[in-house]
Amino acid sequence: MKIVVCVKQVPSTNEVRLDPETNTIIRDGKQSVINPFDTYALEEAIRIKEKIQGEVIALSMGIPAAEKILRDAVSVGADSGMLLSDRSFAGADTLATAYTLSLGVKKISEVDLILCGKMAVDGDTAQIGPELAENLKIPHITNVSEIIEINDSEIICRTITETGKRLVKTKTPVLLTVLKDINMPRLPSIDGVINSLDAPVAVENAESLGANKSYIGLSGSPTQVVKTYIPERKNESIEIKGDSETKSEKINSVIKEVI
Amino acid sequence: MSGLIIDSDACRGCGICIKSCSYEALEMKDKKAQVNENCVLCGMCIESCPFDAIKIEKEKTNGIELEDYKDIWVFIEQNDGEIEPVSYELLSKARELSKERNCSVNALLLGEDISKEADKLFAYGANKVYISEYEILKDNLEEIYVEFLDKVVLDYKPEIFLFGATNFGRSIAPRIAARVKTGLTADCTILEIDEESGLLNQTRPAFGGNLMAQIVCPEHRPQMATVRPGVMEAVKKETNTKEVINIDMPSIKEPSIKILENIIEKKAESISDAEIIVSVGRGIGSQKNLALVERLAELLGGKVGVSRPLVDVGWADQKNQIGQTGSIVAPKLLVTFGISGAIQHLAGISGAETIISINTDKDAAIFTVANYKVVGDCVEILKSMISKLEKKCEKEQVV
Ligand SMILES: Cc1cc2nc3c(=O)[nH]c(=O)nc-3n(C[C@H](O)[C@H](O)[C@H](O)COP(=O)(O)OP(=O)(O)OC[C@H]3O[C@@H](n4cnc5c(N)ncnc54)[C@H](O)[C@@H]3O)c2cc1C
Ligand SMILES: Cc1cc2nc3c(=O)[nH]c(=O)nc-3n(C[C@H](O)[C@H](O)[C@H](O)COP(=O)(O)OP(=O)(O)OC[C@H]3O[C@@H](n4cnc5c(N)ncnc54)[C@H](O)[C@@H]3O)c2cc1C
Repeated sequence: MKIVVCVKQVPSTNEVRLDPETNTIIRDGKQSVINPFDTYALEEAIRIKEKIQGEVIALSMGIPAAEKILRDAVSVGADSGMLLSDRSFAGADTLATAYTLSLGVKKISEVDLILCGKMAVDGDTAQIGPELAENLKIPHITNVSEIIEINDSEIICRTITETGKRLVKTKTPVLLTVLKDINMPRLPSIDGVINSLDAPVAVENAESLGANKSYIGLSGSPTQVVKTYIPERKNESIEIKGDSETKSEKINSVIKEVI
Repeated sequence: MSGLIIDSDACRGCGICIKSCSYEALEMKDKKAQVNENCVLCGMCIESCPFDAIKIEKEKTNGIELEDYKDIWVFIEQNDGEIEPVSYELLSKARELSKERNCSVNALLLGEDISKEADKLFAYGANKVYISEYEILKDNLEEIYVEFLDKVVLDYKPEIFLFGATNFGRSIAPRIAARVKTGLTADCTILEIDEESGLLNQTRPAFGGNLMAQIVCPEHRPQMATVRPGVMEAVKKETNTKEVINIDMPSIKEPSIKILENIIEKKAESISDAEIIVSVGRGIGSQKNLALVERLAELLGGKVGVSRPLVDVGWADQKNQIGQTGSIVAPKLLVTFGISGAIQHLAGISGAETIISINTDKDAAIFTVANYKVVGDCVEILKSMISKLEKKCEKEQVV
């Protein structure tokens, strides 16, 4: 089974501060880690490979430095990586990102299974999975919490729905987005780390992928971020004082008022 | 080509933009800021520049005929014949927006045996209800719904198309957006019509709630958004136009995903739509004290929520976890005991109406969002609250 795992490079923390002097937004954390949700997708791919044999390719669209997370993926068991990197990919919204990733998947070719994380911790949209599946004209299943049976042509898995759980069967090729309940990602082994240093990581650009210029990057992005700001945190709390008895009395009366 | 442009005449080399960039994409050369290949055009630096020296230039793409698209459409989500509350919230919001666009609010109701629900949709803001009733629409299956909705977009050309940011909404909306090649804003918490442009201003939290982003979709239609449940208000109002239109099922090929089993868990188990939540964190001290929290929740008719460490140590179930990696909650009342208010936790409670927080640390971050601050021992206060409430119950029973 040929499995592609989509991994995104994200800032190591998603905290955002306001510079007190200039009143401008500062994002903490330099780009350096693999999106935490993607480590579960990666682990699941490696487990499938161990169970029924196959090949795992980590795929990312990002800046040149994102090569690092692809090597990290190899260090835990992926066979190779592919980085889609080009200045003309910059500014992509989910539509343009999904299109670009679909070109990567087509280049890898004959893929049976694509795994994505539930969402990226920075952009937070959880849209790439379904949009990528649409670009590839294959079905998708979101919020997978367990893969129960898998062979080269069929997968049975459990998903979380609005009202409970569902057991579904699908044919391959298919794209799944996985929840973090699905497994416990392993740490890299020493051999893995050594391997990853000279593992094959292909780098593709807009031209080598044959990208249609009007579908990539900022030009291919229908959405436009017009403004960003740090949400106001209301900070006018009323303090309830006194000894425990008084406090609980007062809390109870506030509750009574509210409900 | 599109790109980031720094006006070197306007740039004074102050370096603020370099600080604002988390991609290491800006550097100083000859006392002027310069952009390198790390730039992802995120736009953070634009607002940071005190001299308005930075802008993003976007190449015009060949647009579509925007005038052909009209009306606000709302996808009504049903689960086992019951309408998700977020659908009513969306209709009421759409009614508000429609006044500014001078257009109709159209509800799209798909399911089996579902037409009986149409009246409620009118009450919450629909002018027209488009209905399709087929057995195959009973289970929310992506492959079928996407084909159906694709046809709706082609045939009716909505200007705005809204979905609840439920699991199902967040699964089908992106797929349709990719099919019709338009923009989709995720998990919005504010929707407004821009006075000048008439565009839908869509505001959403990103970075786990640490940043709000306002997004528009200027040149593509429909303007699509998923909207976070529990944020907009569902308002009932009688309407006089009540038009029901039936739509036929398009021919759809056999789906390749089959449902083997559907396990419906009691709604009671989900904390996302709970009106009252008593939540508890590591400050509770020991597992046995959790019984107090459960008792209080019971007395108040609410649900128990927890912070992540309690799930990690196995004291509570993941489905009770609140926060970025748990449930997003929006109760009327939230009482927190021994929760510090880590940013990932706060990401899940911004929709709470009234928050009462109890914590021994007077500087705990939770107090920055609490409406009522109580500095004290949570176990003591819990016990005392419970005994007072129990006494009251007894009294009421006697009377
Ligand atoms: C503040 C802010 C708000 C935004 N809001 C929107 C919006 O509402 N709508 C919109 O269309 N765009 C939006 N964007 C742009 C969006 O973040 C980017 O398009 C981003 O490249 C992908 O989206 P995501 O981070 O939300 O990923 P998600 O869709 O949350 O990621 C899901 C999974 O897809 C895979 N994946 C995602 N990105 C990559 C990648 N680059 N390489 C490999 N795999 C990947 C991973 O497996 C990941 O777990 C926003 C950006 C910012 C900065
Ligand atoms: C990627 C990521 C995702 C995460 N997602 C989530 C998430 O979804 N939800 C979540 O909750 N966390 C999440 N976390 C963890 C989060 O960062 C915090 O560690 C966690 O929320 C802290 O839980 P807490 O408030 O219960 O514990 P602590 O931070 O240990 O706080 C305990 C509090 O109890 C107070 N206290 C102590 N004794 C008493 C007493 N006797 N009476 C009253 N108060 C007392 C203390 O003053 C303290 O403020 C995430 C972390 C990461 C890195």
